[in-house]
Amino acid sequence: MKNESVLSKKKIQEMADTSYKYGFKTDIESETAPKGLSEEVIRMISKKKNEPEFMLKFRLKALKHLSKMTEPEWSNLKYPKVDLQDISYYSEPKVKKKLDSLDDVDPEILRTFEKLGIPLTEQKKLANVAVDAIFDSVSVATTFKDKLLKVGVIFCPFSEALEKYPDIVKKYLGTVVPHTDNYFACVNAAAFTEGSFVYIPKDTLCPMELSTYFRINTEETGQFERTLIVCEDNSYVSYLEGCTAPQFDTNQLHAAVVELVALDNAEIKYSTVQNWYAGDPVTGKGGIYNFVTKRGKCQGKKSKISWTQIETGSAITWKYPGCVLIGEGSIGEFYSVALTTHNQQADTGTKMIHIGKNTKSTIISKGISAGKSQNTYRGLVQMNKSAKGADNFTQCDSMLIGDKCGAHTFPYIDVRNASSTLGHEAATVKVTDEQLFYFQQRGISAEDALTTIVNGFCKDVFKKLPTEFAVEATQLLGLRLEESVG
Amino acid sequence: MLEIKNVVASINGVKILKGTSLTIKPGEVHAVMGPNGSGKSTLSKLVSGHPDVEIESGDILFNGESILDDDPDIRALKGVFMAFQYPVEVPGVQNGSFLRMAYNAKRKYKGLDEVDPMDFEELIQEKLKWVGMNESFLDRPLNQGFSGGEKKRNEILQLAVLEPMLSILDETDSGLDIDALRTVSEAVNRMITKERSFLVITHYQRLLNHIVPDVVHIFSEGKIIKTGDKTLALEVEEKGYDWLLQPVS
Ligand SMILES: Nc1ncnc2c1ncn2[C@@H]1O[C@H](COP(=O)(O)OP(=O)(O)O)[C@@H](O)[C@H]1O
Ligand SMILES: [Mg+2]
Repeated sequence: MKNESVLSKKKIQEMADTSYKYGFKTDIESETAPKGLSEEVIRMISKKKNEPEFMLKFRLKALKHLSKMTEPEWSNLKYPKVDLQDISYYSEPKVKKKLDSLDDVDPEILRTFEKLGIPLTEQKKLANVAVDAIFDSVSVATTFKDKLLKVGVIFCPFSEALEKYPDIVKKYLGTVVPHTDNYFACVNAAAFTEGSFVYIPKDTLCPMELSTYFRINTEETGQFERTLIVCEDNSYVSYLEGCTAPQFDTNQLHAAVVELVALDNAEIKYSTVQNWYAGDPVTGKGGIYNFVTKRGKCQGKKSKISWTQIETGSAITWKYPGCVLIGEGSIGEFYSVALTTHNQQADTGTKMIHIGKNTKSTIISKGISAGKSQNTYRGLVQMNKSAKGADNFTQCDSMLIGDKCGAHTFPYIDVRNASSTLGHEAATVKVTDEQLFYFQQRGISAEDALTTIVNGFCKDVFKKLPTEFAVEATQLLGLRLEESVG
Repeated sequence: MLEIKNVVASINGVKILKGTSLTIKPGEVHAVMGPNGSGKSTLSKLVSGHPDVEIESGDILFNGESILDDDPDIRALKGVFMAFQYPVEVPGVQNGSFLRMAYNAKRKYKGLDEVDPMDFEELIQEKLKWVGMNESFLDRPLNQGFSGGEKKRNEILQLAVLEPMLSILDETDSGLDIDALRTVSEAVNRMITKERSFLVITHYQRLLNHIVPDVVHIFSEGKIIKTGDKTLALEVEEKGYDWLLQPVS
């Protein structure tokens, strides 16, 4: 007889068996393009979306370039190669195109949003969060637009921006992440179907946090969003991105591109909470492949871009939100929590490219591995010859839960001038049975103990999130840990 | 209150407790003394439900009911508290919020409302004074970088706040200087009531000058080999353990 207690085998299994909370699939007829990527498909997408000529050219150029590229091999991830010809590149729910109010939205879709806790209903609108909700490839509802338009802020689906503000889109599209950047960015440039567009005019502080919830809904439909945020001189915006996905059997590719541009004295805060389906806990089957290219360009003097990310989902995450610091005295920040459990793999980190004088970057990365998961931090700090007086501080910590998981750290440093300074701290900690027992002896359950210890480990990052997002993130982490302890 | 009935238990396949029996009634203070490695800490782990301890036979009753099937957190909520010999460090978790979390877990178990941080702060002022700590202590990470003495004071602070029915003190005196020993003992003495029971484990007699036991047990090789009143502790102090350890012929 044994004292059945700290994370006994039985309990671990119970927790592991808790099925994915958001693993449901809405039953709506979708209009889906035939599988495969070709000039024909791209012309079809462009035509369906009524795009201006420059957009079609942009796509076709990317497609042409793609034929010269191969999938990267260098990341610390193991997965079967993605067959681009086995993916459908366009899918839209059959709903009326122009919607004046929420009443016009398919109730089925609204119920899905409700299950996901998305604040779209009238009463939730009062929460002061503008929502541009993406359901598969077509936006079905946008709120708060009027209030934003009053101060000149544009926040709309990408396709609408192409229609209404083609000049701004044309000016900035692909200037931060060119289609040649990497394989997945190239796929995106050719085949993206939707995304968000944000434009903050000069001397404007965006009056509310902007939030987009992404969902993948149709089986075997890869989703390729493209987000562009431009902040003119002396302006500010805080943008929130969050997502969950239903449970499926075939792996789903997600290859988003996010481009941020900050001009003089502008500040962009970009926060992500990511909770896509990670695959079957035992076999790892069916999870999302999340290959994202996110980059911000601090073009103006004293501009600032902060990336804050809470990564908990996906079967595979491949993601390096970075900053190109061009403007003198500009600032780049990266705050990250990446939790991997079961069979998840994450290869994430950041790139800080210092070009301007006295540019400054801060990197705080917290990787948590549980189960049989592999968690890799990969970060580049590059200080060019021109970046006199540049400064970087990096802290990357790893936490191990159990002894079947792995944490890996690959910091790359490339300094090409003598006046730059760099600080680096790194630590690996393990959650011990003794710690969990200590909590339990004080009447706190093992699950709560683990959540508390992990939240403590992450708090430097959590406090960078907008308050309501921080609460959500804390809960999400707790939920994901509960599913996975052991 | 507590009844340990002829327990045989092992750690990592090595038999440590070899037929331990012990009964503590409400309001009683028992002391367990014994040489290092005799199994005193294993005894406290046994009662609190540490997963390393494997029970081969015997039973433990708490308030008349077996607690063998209870997880450690359930035992704690039922009223078993152990002041650790070596409190573990938990970076990133604030001492004060840990204390409040434990306090609220107990309130929730009793069907009471949780206490918010401000009310809690007020509520523990007095207990902080008992153990001679100031408030800044609560802002530090749990046990991290605490001196040996600070760790022990913190254990007793938790005891004072959680008000358990049964408190096991595992060598709380080790690592304390004379003044700290007095402070900590006084705090424990304030907690003694007609209802609450204490099991004070120590290697040395000096703690028992401050916390006066009703019953003293001498523990050796996983068993209680002698039981007496407080004078037994003085005897051990004088003669050492060896005279007791001689096999009776
Ligand atoms: N985790 C463990 N693994 C193996 N042996 C252990 C472990 N914990 C304690 N022991 C052994 O059990 C015996 C009793 O230890 P303990 O209960 O700590 O004694 P005491 O508290 O009286 O000094 C010792 O011989 C010790 O080495
Ligand atoms: Mg001991």
